Amino acid sequence: MTFEIFTFSFMHRAIISGIAIAILCSVVGLFLVLRRYSLFGDAIAHSSFGGIALGLMAGLYPLWTAYGVSIVSALIMTRIKDRFNISGDASIAVLLSSGIAVGLVIIGLSGGFTLDIFSFLFGSILLVSVNDTILILSLTGIILIVILLLYRQLLYSTFNEEQAKVSGVPVEKINYLIVFMAGITVVTSIQLVGVLLISALFVIPNVTAIMYGKGFKQTAIISMSFSIFSVVSGILISYIFDITPAGTIVLFAIGIFACTMAIKSAGLLSRNN
Amino acid sequence: MLRVVEIDHLTIQYPDVKAIDDVSFTVNRGDFLGIIGPNGAGKSTLFAAMLGLNTKYKGTIKFFGTDTRKSKNYLKEIGYVPQKPIFEKNFPATVNDVVKMGLQKESDVSKIDEILQLLWIHELSERRIGDLSGGQQQRVFIAKALVNNPKILILDEPVTGIDQQSIDLFYSILKELNSKKNITIIWSSHDLDAVNKLANHVACLNRTLFFHGESNDFFSNDDLVKQYSEASMQEHMHHH
Ligand SMILES: Nc1ncnc2c1ncn2[C@@H]1O[C@H](COP(=O)(O)OP(=O)(O)OP(=O)(O)O)[C@@H](O)[C@H]1O
Ligand SMILES: [Mg+2]
Repeated sequence: MTFEIFTFSFMHRAIISGIAIAILCSVVGLFLVLRRYSLFGDAIAHSSFGGIALGLMAGLYPLWTAYGVSIVSALIMTRIKDRFNISGDASIAVLLSSGIAVGLVIIGLSGGFTLDIFSFLFGSILLVSVNDTILILSLTGIILIVILLLYRQLLYSTFNEEQAKVSGVPVEKINYLIVFMAGITVVTSIQLVGVLLISALFVIPNVTAIMYGKGFKQTAIISMSFSIFSVVSGILISYIFDITPAGTIVLFAIGIFACTMAIKSAGLLSRNN
Repeated sequence: MLRVVEIDHLTIQYPDVKAIDDVSFTVNRGDFLGIIGPNGAGKSTLFAAMLGLNTKYKGTIKFFGTDTRKSKNYLKEIGYVPQKPIFEKNFPATVNDVVKMGLQKESDVSKIDEILQLLWIHELSERRIGDLSGGQQQRVFIAKALVNNPKILILDEPVTGIDQQSIDLFYSILKELNSKKNITIIWSSHDLDAVNKLANHVACLNRTLFFHGESNDFFSNDDLVKQYSEASMQEHMHHH
């Protein structure tokens, strides 16, 4: 049975898209976690609910309106946050609830729930089409290239905004770029784990990797490896036992996190206790 | 003598306090300027304006003859060591990563080893920044500030909470950078003795500038030193 599942091409698509999303979420998520913005992914995911509802009502492809609404509202929220000095966690709360509120009102106005709410909440990776897979791979490629090109600026402004500014890094533009990339990443990843578990992929592999006490690049690579491992095992195991992939993927990630903590408490990872 | 910094009638008003009041002074190439002043005197405020972090000021600040409001190019020639470098304690960046952040041209990576050697931190290069002691961290931030060969080094009171041995090492490094590499240094401090030993120019700041000139002229004038100490004492009592 374990071998049989590879012969299904939907499984190929699921694994390939899953790996791309795993890489994307772990890299973009690392910057968010280090900026104390861990729940930002969650907020964007919730605001995409408004976007999807809008798309359905307007008769547009819901994924496109989800991209539009999530990214625009995340950028606006960032602007408001900077302009009025609102704290990060409060701005996340505002974004998160307004997305759901808008979605609910639109759905109410258009006469009830027409969208497949279950796959939206928990993902539907086994249903990704060839086109979805191509889209996911292209977006992953583009975002990774942007991150590699702007690596120093992204890292520096995450480490310390003020010093980055003094070194001539256009910190504000970089901040918007991170928000923009997070928006794309989240909406793309909804297909894998759904709205409710999105921040797990952003956060858990990264906090796990940070515990290994390595430098930035190594931490990013460790995080990606954990993320890919969780996603691939989650998809395979959930298929075998016929359960939802999202929950299984996240449980794998939490398993690695728990093992890392155990290793660390046993003193096998030296230095910073 | 080449004027590298010209500050003219600088006034900085925060909502509650006027932190800098009509301050003017110049710094020449190769100067080692110690800016002394009690807590709340406006030293960090002055630096923030000089570095373009705060643009809400009256008056003009020029670097290399150009108004800092007109062009940010001067920042390329400046290394800055902040008073308290704030970062996440478990930020996954090694010493090497941090110094590399300051590097404008990726091609100059060989500079990093050189600078780590100079500051006696080459053995720490793969350690995480958050795992180091305060004195070691400070040297890492100086390394980051120096890695682009700046013409001017600006240091904001960088020795608080660091043991005497590390402070001495740090001072000898500053002295060497100034005398051997001819880097202009602008350095704020509470430590009068250190300023007396190291700096060749002194600026006494306490909202207004009440002395600016050669450090000999300041330290040989007992009245001035006494006046400064009293002002600091008052400020000190005020705070407690
Ligand atoms: N961002 C700010 N907003 C409002 N007031 C400020 C701000 N920063 C500093 N101040 C005020 O401006 C004055 C000067 O502060 P500043 O930090 O420049 O002093 P300092 O000389 O660097 O002191 P210290 O030796 O303690 O570092 C103080 O009265 C301070 O309360
Ligand atoms: Mg200060």
